[in-house]
Amino acid sequence: MSDHAHSSDGHGGDGHDFAHPMPVSMLLSVFFALVILTVVTVAQASFDLGSYDVLVVMAIATLKATLVALFFMHLAWDKPFNIAVFVGSFIFVGLFVIFTLGDSDMTSDSFEPKIDEVVPMVAESN
Amino acid sequence: MSTAQADPVSDDASHGEHGHDHDHPAFLAHHFDTPEQQFDSGKLGIWLFLVTEVLFFSGMFVAYAIFRNLRPDVFVGSSEFLNTKLGAINTGVLLFSSLTMAWAVRCSQTGEHKKLTGMLAATLSCSMVFLGVKAIEYSHKWGMGLLPAGTFFYDPANPHPTTDQLETLGFTSGTAFFLHNSLYFLCAPFLIVLLGVVAWLILSIVKGNKFQTACAMPLTIVCLSFFGGVGLGVILESGSEEGHGAAHDVAGHHGEGVAHSDAVPSVIDDGKVAAPALNDDASETSVLERLATDSTNTGLMSDVAARQAQASVASGAVVRGDDTNFEGGISEASANVLTQRQAGKFFSIYYCMTGVHAIHILGGIAVLVWLLIRSVRQDFNSRYFGPVDYVGLYWHLVDLIWIYLFPLLYLIR
Amino acid sequence: MSSGSIPPGSVVKDPGFPTKQENYLTNSKGILSWMFTLDHKRIGVMYLVGVSLAFLFAGILALLIRYHLMEPDGKLFKGANANNMYNQLFTLHGAVMVFLFIIPSIPAALGNFLVPVMLGAKDVAFPRLNLASFYLWCAGAIFFVAALFGTGLDTGWTFYTPYSTTTDTSVIAATMGAFILGFSSIFTGLNFIVTINTMRPPGMTWFRMPLFLWATYATSIIQVLATPVLGITLLLLIAERTLHIGIFDPEFNGDPVTYQHFFWFYSHPAVYIMILPAFGIISDLIAVHSHKRIFGYRFIAYSSIAIALLGFLVWGHHMFTAGMSPMTTIIFSALTFTVSVPSAIKVFNWLATMYKGSISLTTPMCFALAFIFLFTIGGLTGLHLGTLATDMHLHDTYFVVAHFHYVMVGGTLVAFLGGVFHWWPKMFGKMYSEAGGRLSSLIIFIGFNLTFLPQFVLGSRGMPRRYATYDPEFAYLHQMSTYGAMLLGIGLLTALVVLLHSLFRGKDAPANPWGAATLEWQCTSPPPFYNFERAPVVGDPYDFSKIEWDSENERYVTVEPERETVPEEKPAIQPAH
Repeated sequence: MSDHAHSSDGHGGDGHDFAHPMPVSMLLSVFFALVILTVVTVAQASFDLGSYDVLVVMAIATLKATLVALFFMHLAWDKPFNIAVFVGSFIFVGLFVIFTLGDSDMTSDSFEPKIDEVVPMVAESN
Repeated sequence: MSTAQADPVSDDASHGEHGHDHDHPAFLAHHFDTPEQQFDSGKLGIWLFLVTEVLFFSGMFVAYAIFRNLRPDVFVGSSEFLNTKLGAINTGVLLFSSLTMAWAVRCSQTGEHKKLTGMLAATLSCSMVFLGVKAIEYSHKWGMGLLPAGTFFYDPANPHPTTDQLETLGFTSGTAFFLHNSLYFLCAPFLIVLLGVVAWLILSIVKGNKFQTACAMPLTIVCLSFFGGVGLGVILESGSEEGHGAAHDVAGHHGEGVAHSDAVPSVIDDGKVAAPALNDDASETSVLERLATDSTNTGLMSDVAARQAQASVASGAVVRGDDTNFEGGISEASANVLTQRQAGKFFSIYYCMTGVHAIHILGGIAVLVWLLIRSVRQDFNSRYFGPVDYVGLYWHLVDLIWIYLFPLLYLIR
Repeated sequence: MSSGSIPPGSVVKDPGFPTKQENYLTNSKGILSWMFTLDHKRIGVMYLVGVSLAFLFAGILALLIRYHLMEPDGKLFKGANANNMYNQLFTLHGAVMVFLFIIPSIPAALGNFLVPVMLGAKDVAFPRLNLASFYLWCAGAIFFVAALFGTGLDTGWTFYTPYSTTTDTSVIAATMGAFILGFSSIFTGLNFIVTINTMRPPGMTWFRMPLFLWATYATSIIQVLATPVLGITLLLLIAERTLHIGIFDPEFNGDPVTYQHFFWFYSHPAVYIMILPAFGIISDLIAVHSHKRIFGYRFIAYSSIAIALLGFLVWGHHMFTAGMSPMTTIIFSALTFTVSVPSAIKVFNWLATMYKGSISLTTPMCFALAFIFLFTIGGLTGLHLGTLATDMHLHDTYFVVAHFHYVMVGGTLVAFLGGVFHWWPKMFGKMYSEAGGRLSSLIIFIGFNLTFLPQFVLGSRGMPRRYATYDPEFAYLHQMSTYGAMLLGIGLLTALVVLLHSLFRGKDAPANPWGAATLEWQCTSPPPFYNFERAPVVGDPYDFSKIEWDSENERYVTVEPERETVPEEKPAIQPAH
């Protein structure tokens, strides 16, 4: 129908440009932040943080994920509805995890009847 | 256009009646009014798709959480078998590919066509390196028998069984050959693709087709990157080979901290006994029964008794006994986690999560190749960069999932 | 109000009839023009044919089940393999009905046709994806057929582990089919959400959307959020069968209850995928055929969204006796009752809409009335099952079977039929025999109740579901149910005959045969392939004040007081070409 130079002229009237290029400096700094966080998360694995271990690891991962989402995925400048859609999905993941994990936690006493190893007590049951 | 298949009359009618009230550029689908509406629709569409991806992966994260919560010691012990160096390098590679992908989106918006092609090729190369490293990790584990629960046969005394030994474990000769040489099987498809792309490159140069040359050149580099990844993996995996002894040690003795080490060596005397094979319960039990006649081997005797109890349960017999028996069994058993139902479970989850993730990488590669060819054709501009942006979002999500997989699988302490 | 005649001194607006070139059914010819069409209306029609065939197939299976249960020892299958055959029969009936018929019926068939037209858009946002999802549906159907002709399927439509990991039947083929159908469903839902969000023409605000669109939107939310979990569950089940990953299989210390959690996290919301669009249809049908503004528009709209979201909190009520912890059962039981609130809101609003309305007992309205009656029974008996104590007694009995058939058949199927009869003139441009349509709705209503009311009694007396034989004391009720099923089959066949007959002998339908105010009635019947020449003027979808009956031409028309008109299109500032 028409080449794009023409059409962008022709459509110049219908509003602002919707492209929003990210500055290269910002992309690079986000990348280096991510690499540093990766190094941190590998390094912390050699320290024993006890039961906080999982929390620390997940916190770092979530921080990295947030960086990726906000900058690489451009969410910081996206429409609020798109943000709600994406963030909303984690609410449903949360529901799924909490109910299922909670239930399996409460029933785990009767959960693992089969053992591969030495089970002296079971031997009597036959 | 949806009327593309319509006969000329109606097509004309469409132009006459409603085709002219806006001037549609070629990239704008007929049912959208403006490029911005098209972009917004696509963007919302891809975000919704990412939502489905998040929920798709959530199932495996729930499975992971349930079983880790149930047996943290199993996860700690089994995680020792994963090579942290390779995992970390793959994380870095994926992060870098995310950077180049985000940069590619920028290039498509600013109309830097050459740079866009370069960035897409870089992203693709990183994904290939990732897969190359993954191929090394997988094939290494398959050869050692670190497999999903049903086929898990790892034996600390004999970590690298030969094909003959694999066959005695109940595998068919074909499967045994595959497990022993899985790296070649994993590399073969990539080698075929590489040869195809190289042939395409040569053909396009001979025919003087500039467009095809411009497509085939970066794709050749992309395919070569896979073998770069394999090489990297080989170097690092062999470097950490001696580290495995320590890994076995930790895996074997973890849990209560008390070393019930007598259970482990007694079972692994034979090298094959500790490795129950799939679909071969009866013969395996008979081997165990024979070994259990050695009266010094009390551990094995009770193991056989337990198996007989299980068999009778499976065949519907009523077994007397209550839960406390099983409870006692669990605390006893934490000495060794290198079994089908313990470490095997961890590797089930490991293969499910990383395997589905790798399938997503393969899907990403397919669409990225499509983008690369379109970028050589210079399809994208500041009013039409949607496809690059959407694929970019997908690619970042795949990266984002790996960001969680890496610490959850490789860094369990 | 439609009073019967056009007041003098007013302008009649009616689009008339489409030309052959405009009519979406005839504007291009040949089988390929259908197979590769990107027109949402044609895709909708193809879905309609597809789901009807699936329904016919699964319906015949249902009749076979009922026929078998005529006698306590089973009438159809005898001998050693009888139980096996019966298991396969009800499994395929359930699986095909759920995955191939109910889930795509209203959203994919009617939704595809209606959503863009109701919205005033030219097409859905992603027409190619739309066609792809239809072919995914076909592919999924092929897998199911393959399972049937393979070794059958006897797990029940739920594929519960550990049975599904040990049985020798074609579980993998069927789960692959369901997996593919899941993606078909996801893409349809995704398409509708984007269409409704970004393709609304100027003036179409959220609260000017017909309630069918609200219901479709709510349904689509569930499809996008819940179906992927089914996908991963089935994928893990396939891995369990092939690689023995031990996540669900107790043989490797897996947990079958976890499978049920995974499965119902999708499948309970999926129940609302099945019923929510039916709510949307009924909301529109009741308002149009009562010729009265819908009562409590916003409440109905919000309650659809509320049901969609609350539907994610209650999946555990399918598993009260499956071995969940007592605490979890109590929580899920309590949460279950919250869903009844938005459902009740809808029923009350429909009743209030009919109150003092000018009700035309057309065929769609007959189905709508049947729906309200049957769905109310289905919904209220759901409360018995949501209550922990009674569920212990009623779980896995015919009471459950009767309950969900009252919702799925009495609800969804009846609403689907009502919707098909309502939009049939729009889809195919033909009027059907009103007498025949009303007769079919009556037979279906009587046949349905005769089939499933006895099953409530059977269930509460302890007749377990999924049994091929039963105690002779239940014979009387079982036979009653079987005769009802045959009557129901006759009713459905009548409906089919009435509709097919109209295609050949029916009068040409006017643009607005029912006096509706939503946008789809403002274009011709059938619509032109481009839907609207230019974005239509959007008014209140439930404002019937300007719609009058034109007795001369037997049609409803929009009338406006005569007034000075300005040229319709001013020369706008033209872009410099």
